[in-house]
Amino acid sequence: MEIITFKDVYKKLGDKQVLNGMNLTIREGEIMVIIGGSGEGKSVTLKHIMGLMKPDAGEVWVNNECVSSMEEDSLYKILSNFGMLFQYAALFDSLNVRENVGFALDEHTDLSDEEKNRIVAEKLELVHLSNIEHMMPSELSGGMKKRVGLARAMARDPQILLYDEPTTGLDPINADVINNLIIELNEKLGVTSIVVTHDMQSVFKIAHRIAMLYKGKIIKVGPKSEFMDPEDPVVRQFVRGEAHGPITDEISSSVLK
Amino acid sequence: MLKPITALGQNSMRLLQRTGEISELFIQTIHWTFKSKPRFRHVIQQMVYFGYESTPIVLLTATFIGMIFVLQTGYQLSKFGATIYAGGISAIAFAREIGPVFTAWAIASRVGASIAAEIGTMQVTEQIDAMKTLATNPVKYLVVPRFLAAIIMLPILTILANLVGILGGWVVALTNLNLTTQIYFSNIQDFLEPKEFFAGLIKTPFFGMLIALIGCYQGFKTWGGAEGVGRATRNAVVSSTILIILFDYIMGAFILALWK
Ligand SMILES: Nc1ncnc2c1ncn2[C@@H]1O[C@H](COP(=O)(O)OP(=O)(O)O)[C@@H](O)[C@H]1O
Ligand SMILES: [Mg+2]
Repeated sequence: MEIITFKDVYKKLGDKQVLNGMNLTIREGEIMVIIGGSGEGKSVTLKHIMGLMKPDAGEVWVNNECVSSMEEDSLYKILSNFGMLFQYAALFDSLNVRENVGFALDEHTDLSDEEKNRIVAEKLELVHLSNIEHMMPSELSGGMKKRVGLARAMARDPQILLYDEPTTGLDPINADVINNLIIELNEKLGVTSIVVTHDMQSVFKIAHRIAMLYKGKIIKVGPKSEFMDPEDPVVRQFVRGEAHGPITDEISSSVLK
Repeated sequence: MLKPITALGQNSMRLLQRTGEISELFIQTIHWTFKSKPRFRHVIQQMVYFGYESTPIVLLTATFIGMIFVLQTGYQLSKFGATIYAGGISAIAFAREIGPVFTAWAIASRVGASIAAEIGTMQVTEQIDAMKTLATNPVKYLVVPRFLAAIIMLPILTILANLVGILGGWVVALTNLNLTTQIYFSNIQDFLEPKEFFAGLIKTPFFGMLIALIGCYQGFKTWGGAEGVGRATRNAVVSSTILIILFDYIMGAFILALWK
């Protein structure tokens, strides 16, 4: 069953047409990986799913509700279905790990302190961390920050998890820890996962299906196997990480112009 | 030929747009101040931060301005043999204008700047977006406590500035103007009616609103990494400095008209 749908979404930011008629369907329970170069609009895509950005034209549907035309009040209600891991974790600098992970619980529930602390510890355990509640974000390594960010995203048991370049900037071992966590959370808890990345190693490890974003459109979507040896020259160049091909030709010719 | 006119037009449009956006933030802030259950802990935290950040600079500037003011007034008055009025005249100037405006400026450059830097950093590191994804309105969580703290702290710090300004002037009165303590203070008592004092003080909560709102506004608008944070900080200080003096003039004119 489909859980998220982009219908002809257009979005201009500054003078750049970032999304240019984007269509995409994401199914419940799958790990969908959206690939694309830097500045192609991957983060912008995720922000549209959460209703943080509104399209200029087109619609974004989540769970049979149109998030792109929703008022802020109703949006905040459905946001508890979502968790998002930001590219640099986006932990609140002024709060410690306990307060970061338990932020939504502190803000939106009347649970007792013990209950909240128990949930925080439980979510930290999900990402294989323990007894770091008192630490401040500045004391954590990059990999730990991301895991704490993930624990925070999990606090209200979301149905959908969004990951913005979860492995970028991590060493290969920490990157693999995150990859395993993405798979684990999907398998154990059945959360639909949307991962945005350009780390191809990670893509082939975690993806059920892959979609490639190029020039504001999804130019190819399909199961992982179809991306192993793609025919489309643009997709092939990106997947194989080649310096020469249609993507770079275009860039150099536009620079020369 | 048309360039200057186009530029003027564009700048006016931008000014209008910014005024609109700041007014919208103001309305949202008022809305959330009343709608959300007040978080005294956050407000107190901000008040402490406010006081901690700005008390030294306020005390220091107010002391010296008090000294300078009494010195210069006393010198001019000595030409007419009226040195004894130095305390009273300075105290009125201080209570009505100098205390409120200089305190607001000092706080704009200290606290206003740090509000813009803090929220700007949160914006460029996606902490603001993260807050929204956790279903928490950033205006409610970040702006309201700063706004309330500023409204409370500006009058308090201004009273403090007035006091140390008068004390600074007292030192000068004794050492440079050869006045006695008794003459200095009784002259202040004669001149400075409570009315004068409140005419100055009543403006300060509004200065506080301005400083907090503009700091937050510039913070939310930040884009483009660390450089963007620097730009936001600078913009916050420049625009609140200008708006403080503009508001001071407008409110001063009102107060004079209504309450002579
Ligand atoms: N708030 C914004 N204002 C102006 N331009 C933006 C904004 N956010 C993103 N962009 C631009 O949109 C494009 C896509 O951004 P993004 O989705 O962050 O790319 P990425 O695929 O690397 O995540 C970039 O060119 C970026 O400069
Ligand atoms: Mg991005």
